[in-house]
Order: sequence, then C-alpha cells, then structure tokens
Amino acid sequence: MAERRDGAGPWAGVATARLGGLVRWDVVVALLLAAVLVYGFAGVDNFGATINLSFLIGNTMAVALVALPMTMLVVAGEVDLSVGSMAGLSSALMGALWNANWPIEYIIPFCILVGAAGGLLNGLLVTRLGLPSLAVTIGTLAAYRGLAQIILGANAVTDFPQNYLNLGAGRIGTTPIPYTFVLYAVLLLAAAVTLHATPIGRSLFAIGANREAAYFAGIRVKRLKLVMFVLTGTVAGLAGVVWTLHYASARYDNATGLELSVIAAVLLGGIDFDGGKGTIGGAVAGVFLLGTLQNLMSLADVSAQSQIVVTGILLVISVLGPRVARQIRDAVRRRRSAAPAPGAATAPDIPGT
Amino acid sequence: MTAVARRAPATEIGVPGSKRLVDRVLRIRELALLVILAVLVAGTEVGNHRFLSGQGVKDLLLNAAILVIVAAGQASVVITRNVDLSVGSTLGICAFAGGDYLRGGGSPLVGILIAVSLGAGLGVVNGSLVSFGRVPSLVVTLGTLYIIRGLDSIWVGSREIVAHDLPAGFVTLGHGGPFFLPYLAIIGLAVLIALAFYLRSYRGGREFYAIGSNTEAARLAGLPIRKRITAAYVLCGALAGLGGALYLARFGNVDSGTGSGYELTVVSAVVVGGVAFTGGSGSVYGAALGALLLTTINSVLPSLGVSSSWEGAIDGFLLLAAIAVDRLVALRVANVLRRRNVRHG
Repeated sequence: MAERRDGAGPWAGVATARLGGLVRWDVVVALLLAAVLVYGFAGVDNFGATINLSFLIGNTMAVALVALPMTMLVVAGEVDLSVGSMAGLSSALMGALWNANWPIEYIIPFCILVGAAGGLLNGLLVTRLGLPSLAVTIGTLAAYRGLAQIILGANAVTDFPQNYLNLGAGRIGTTPIPYTFVLYAVLLLAAAVTLHATPIGRSLFAIGANREAAYFAGIRVKRLKLVMFVLTGTVAGLAGVVWTLHYASARYDNATGLELSVIAAVLLGGIDFDGGKGTIGGAVAGVFLLGTLQNLMSLADVSAQSQIVVTGILLVISVLGPRVARQIRDAVRRRRSAAPAPGAATAPDIPGT
Repeated sequence: MTAVARRAPATEIGVPGSKRLVDRVLRIRELALLVILAVLVAGTEVGNHRFLSGQGVKDLLLNAAILVIVAAGQASVVITRNVDLSVGSTLGICAFAGGDYLRGGGSPLVGILIAVSLGAGLGVVNGSLVSFGRVPSLVVTLGTLYIIRGLDSIWVGSREIVAHDLPAGFVTLGHGGPFFLPYLAIIGLAVLIALAFYLRSYRGGREFYAIGSNTEAARLAGLPIRKRITAAYVLCGALAGLGGALYLARFGNVDSGTGSGYELTVVSAVVVGGVAFTGGSGSVYGAALGALLLTTINSVLPSLGVSSSWEGAIDGFLLLAAIAVDRLVALRVANVLRRRNVRHG
C-alpha cells in the first residue's frame, strides 16, 4: 500500500485527490470482501450452501437498496439518518392499509409514495431553510418512527397474499438469488450510471467538493439536493415494503437501526462523510462486506448483540481510519518538506485499518 | 427586542452585532418556553384538578429530573458544536453497573459513584475519538451508541435488576423527598446550577462557547480545543451515568434494553431548549426547560386522553419545529440588520 497511482481509473481524480498516496479505498474494501468470501467458501461449513447464500443476499437487500441513494447523498455532502424510520413507517402503513382492506396493488405504490413525501420533507427543511441535514434527519428519525407507532401500535400484520410474500422471500429457480435482487440490480445499474456517467453525477461530486464553487458554476445545488432527498426517501419506502414481504411481518419497529448499517456500509466503502468523494462500487463492496461478515458471525453462533458491536466498531474505524492515515501522512509530508529529499521517496506504509 | 436593536452598534461592526442580537433573541426562547409550560400546565389543571396537587407536582418533577440531568450534560457537548448520541446506551449500562453492585447490598453512594465513573470513562472514549480523530461526532457517537448497547446486552444477557434487590435507602432516594420536592429534583437542580455557573463564569466554560461559535478562531486564539471537547464529553458521560443511577433508584427495574432511544429525547430537549446544533449558543437552563416541557407534554397526554404512543412523534416534530423556528428567527434578524446597515450607509 504505497506509491501514488496517477490517473488510475476514470474517477482517479476524485478518489485520489485527497486520499493522496493511498491506494483507492474502495478497491481495498472490494479485495477485503473477496478475501472474506474466499475464507467463507473454503473454511466455513455451510457458508456455500444455496440456502445460506440466499439468506445472506436476502438479509442484505434492504441495506443494499438504501445504500444506493445514500451514497449519492453523502457524495453531495448531506446525510439522511431517517431512512430506518422511513422504512419502518412504510412497513407499518403497509400493515395498517392491509388491515383496512386496501388491495395490495395500491398499498405498495402508496407506501413508496409516502417514502417520497418523507424524503421531500427532509429535503425541503434542508434546502429551503438551510438547516443541517444531520439535525433535520435526527428529528425525522424520531418523528417517522413515532408516526409508525401511532399507525400500527404494537400489532404485527402477517397475512399478506402468498404470491407477494414469495416475491419478497423466494429465489429464482435453484439459484441462491432472491427475486428482490433483480430489483436491486436494476437500481444499482441506474445509480452507477447516474453517479459516474451523467452530468447529474458530476454535479453531485462538485457540490460535495465545494458547494459555493458548484453554485457559481451554474449547478442548481438546492434542487439537486432536494431531488436526492426525495430519491432517498422513495428507496427507503421501497426498502420498507421489501423488508415487510421478506420477513412476512409488518411492524412499526421494523428496520430499526437500518440507518446505522447503511451509513456504516457507505462509509466503509470509502465514501467520505465530508462529501465529494466515493464510488457506487465502494458502497456495494461495503454493503456486502458487512453482510457477509454478519452471516459468517451468525454461522459461528456469534450472538446478535456481538454483531451490533462489530458493526459499530467497523463504523468508527471506517471514519477514523482514513483520517488518521491522512493525519499521519500530512505529518510525514511536513517533516519531509522540512528536510528536503529528492522525489524518489516512497510513501509511508500505512496499514489500511 | 426593538429596544435592544435601537442602540445596536451593529452599524460599524456588522457581524458581531448581529450575532449578539441573535443571541438575545434566542434568550427570549427561554421566556417563551416558560410561557408555553405555564399555559400547558394551567390548561391541564383546568381540565383535571388533580394535575397540580402535591402528588401531581411531585410526579412532574420526578419525571423531569433525570432528563434534565442528562440534557444538561448533552447541552455542554452541543455548545461545543458536537453531539453525543451514545447517552441512552451509557445511561443503560451505568444503571446496570450500579445495580449490579447494589444488589450485593452495598452503599448507595458507592453505587452512584460507580455509575458516574463508568459514564465518565465512556465519555473519555467518545471525547478522544472526536477530538483526536477529528471525525464527525455524530458518526462516531452513532457507532459508540451501538457498541455500548451491544456490550451492555452481552454483559447483562437476560438478567435484570428489580427494586426488591436494592437497598431500601437507595429506593427511597428515587421516590421520597421533603414535601412535594423529590430528592431527584433537588439533585437535578444542584447539578444544573453548578453546571450553569461553570459554563457562565469559568474560563473553561466560556471556552466551550468559544469553540462552538468558531472552532477555527478558537484554534487561532490558542484555546486547548481537544482538552475542552474531551472535557465536554466526559461531563456528558458522567451526567448520563448519574442519570443511570437515578433511573435505577426511581424505577428499580433495569435490563439490557434500558435507555434505548433515550438519546433522541435528550437531543430533542436540548434543541427545543434553544441550544443550537450549530454550537456556541444556548444555556443549560434552556436545555432544562426543554426537558421539563417534553416530560410535561408526555404527562399531559394521558390526561387529555391521547395515547402514549404519540410521545416519539411529538418529540421528533418538536425538535424539527425548534430548529426551523431558530433558523427563521436568525434569518429574519439578519435581514433586519442588513437593511439597517444599508440605510446607515
């Protein structure tokens, strides 16, 4: 892990600009994921079984879905902590409307629309009032979960039609791939193209890197951010529907703490919390690294509580790691420029934490 | 407000003047909170005459005391433009630690000390991560929220502490008190006054505000930023620990889920009380009033026939309303000042 790699990859300018001498973080995470997968297939009983792989993918879907728009939001320098509550609200609404005898064909689009509305409220408060997104979405984190509790109380609704439950939990033929993965693949493709191959994506990076400069370059900062918040809310609503069908249970406390997993995965994937840096690929690697680790821990009979500890620690490390590395590098660079050395000097060997 | 504005020297030194005016306006917040609180209590008293009986007042104060203590700690962190989301988990694990000791029949004072020092220790961890790692406090404390809760669950497992296990003197601390003044409220008030005095009149306290209003300026002025931020987190952790001990005394029932989601209530109380997320403004008295308002609303709801499941939503929307109002007032004030500056050339 040394040496600057100038012009590596299409997004090298963005990804390495401030990462400096480090190899791109998202590549490291992808390699880590590959290593964990190899370890799982080779060294852990039952890991490679079709049923286990389908559990792994199925349990990761909600996080994976929400991580897509969250990546774009964090790249633009904002964050949405209310996604877990939004998904819970969508789930509770689904149960309540089903109890009220709505046809499921109407319920699902309606729940997704409510997600969009929740995202719109977040976005309006952030862009029109100029409030910090952290503060706003902590508020809506409490508010949306509260609404979910008002709507459904402590009830659980489980009697959804079987064909829809199959759609949420079933898998394609004998492959370990759940149906929901197809939905995810489509959205993943859309997100990757939008973020990395369209003017919208470039604008998001520009906003995250320097909001003022982006504004003066003619980018409609507020409108774009608003759209991103609506998109995040929409996908969170969708994730609530997917969650409900996958676990065949609509409860107000579904998807509690989803925001932690999503943000941990996104930050782990090398998307900088300050904005302006990151790739969809990194986020995907982060999501599945986290999901695979949790799966492996379950197989090893590690309790759910210990898994929470591991997720929390990974979250802290993934924000702390790059910054500590940068601080060390800055300190080394300062010392080196104080004692002038020829350009042949190699970068310090910083562990990828 | 107009009287303040008329002799504003803001014409020459625009920014500090406007800052001061904004502060004054925000101070009116505490008055407004008092008025809302009074109206709320009076209105409920009209509907339900037992609301303000000796026992009613005692219940109100008992409910508020713990939140006031934890919110005061949180306020000192928010003033430095950081936040500590791990207070709920800290409260839970400290309550169990205190209870685990007291179950053997130990001295209540030692039990409380254990809880407070464990909280302070967790505060050191949070504070060091935030101040030395220079990472966003929200992300770090979101991480420690889950780490501490997870460790708590592993340690506690399915065990729980019930009031029966605790020494009688400790349980009395949680319920009793002279007249209608519970001991908990007296402790809360003492903490509040001490902390307010420190923040107002001591160098360290003033530096909390300085760091919160402009960290870069504080750095250039040579303030010990890392030390102060760590101190704020230690304070917050210790008070969350104290809150845990008092929670144990009051409810006598602690398990691995104690305090889950409490951070949202605490943050709501602090922000509703006028301690802005942007740092450098507000006071612990405001935070305490915010806490009192939230718990009073939650006590009023049942007597108005509203289900207690509204609590979460109300906390959240009040938080949103508070930050939105703060922002609107600040914008309005800034506009007024700018217009006046233009007029005076």
